[in-house]
Amino acid sequence: MLNQLHETCRKLLEDGTVQVVIGYGQSSPDTPAYPIFVTRPEDVQQLVWNNQCFGNLTTYLTRKEVRAMGKPAIVVKGCDEKTLVVLEKESQIDRSQIVVIGMACSAVGNPPLAKCQACEVHMPRFADATIGQVENPASETDGRYADLEAFLQKTPADRMAYWMNELDRCVKCYACRQVCPLCYCETCIVDKNRPQRIDTSPTLKGNYAWHITRAFHLAARCVGCDECTRACPAGIDLRLLNLSVAKAAETDFGFRAGMDPEVEPVVGSYSEQDKEGFIR
Amino acid sequence: MSDNNEFEPKIIAYVCNWCTYLGADLAGTNRLEYPTNVRIIRLPCTGRIDFNLIVKAFEMGADTVLVSGCHPGDCHYTSGNYHARRRWMLFRGLLDTMGIDMERIHFTWISAAEGAKFQKVITEITEKTKQLGPYEAYRKVCKVS
Repeated sequence: MLNQLHETCRKLLEDGTVQVVIGYGQSSPDTPAYPIFVTRPEDVQQLVWNNQCFGNLTTYLTRKEVRAMGKPAIVVKGCDEKTLVVLEKESQIDRSQIVVIGMACSAVGNPPLAKCQACEVHMPRFADATIGQVENPASETDGRYADLEAFLQKTPADRMAYWMNELDRCVKCYACRQVCPLCYCETCIVDKNRPQRIDTSPTLKGNYAWHITRAFHLAARCVGCDECTRACPAGIDLRLLNLSVAKAAETDFGFRAGMDPEVEPVVGSYSEQDKEGFIR
Repeated sequence: MSDNNEFEPKIIAYVCNWCTYLGADLAGTNRLEYPTNVRIIRLPCTGRIDFNLIVKAFEMGADTVLVSGCHPGDCHYTSGNYHARRRWMLFRGLLDTMGIDMERIHFTWISAAEGAKFQKVITEITEKTKQLGPYEAYRKVCKVS
């Protein structure tokens, strides 16, 4: 599987189809893989593929400095590929100008991450080249919102207490934003100060405003790659916030971000038939 | 607090310029009395009501927030309220997970002809907020430590 990846990338670089391959590198076994940008055919040996390849590399596609490198090929897992669907829908990428190398993935992490336990896209669906086969993918696909549902068993007051405790640790490093492939705004609303909508100080007040904003700007867009949760140095479970909006989108509109490229996005469109029971 | 030390809630109403604001206006010209606890903030359209404004209201000490606009099909800009409705449907899921008291956020459609409905809604919301008391939980969040 790894050989096949190397060969594919070597060919792409040698015949000039792409100028750069965005893939995973690793310094030693069983440490998290990091992103590498391979520009020379002889360097493709540096690419790795194993269950430590957590990152969602699509986040680099919209970066100016990466765009300047030329036409890219990108290594994606099935879950990362969902991001490409959303990015294309939002006109952020031109799919014909990207070569997508899809890797069959049974799960990342040991033990597997929460998202992998309910994964249904072990095989990338729209890749230009798909490498590998999934052996016995262990997954129960209806458990997508299990963690959220368990959390919602708490009373609202307990939930508030939980977030007050969690968000108290947030230092506003904005790692959650930087790592997110769908947070591509050139100027984030939190950096705008005329007017200053969000308190930028890392106090509870500012942290609440920031995390509500972050989660809601990803409403019905977040594909659940959970990179924000993984990047958070304070260990805040941002996944719960993303899931709560995703669940509302699925319950109310039957919409799941990144699953079907043909479906119109929920936010930015409307239907006169939307059913709500809370407006008087 | 009023003279007899009864809790007087602060209610922020984000209303659209074309329907609810005129509904409130009609309530005024008809001499319909409603509690003075409400602070009306007029915006062009419900579609313009950024969710950050709702958060901001709570940050600044609101006990209850009301968002109100044109009935579906009546939007001055054709579709602003439809877009807003979708956004609120998603937004409620998030606020619920955050543990925000959902009884303190109200959404209504009030047309320019419904002065009486405006009076009724404001009276009800004020009564309800008086029962709930001040929104201490969010004030704790906003307290600078």
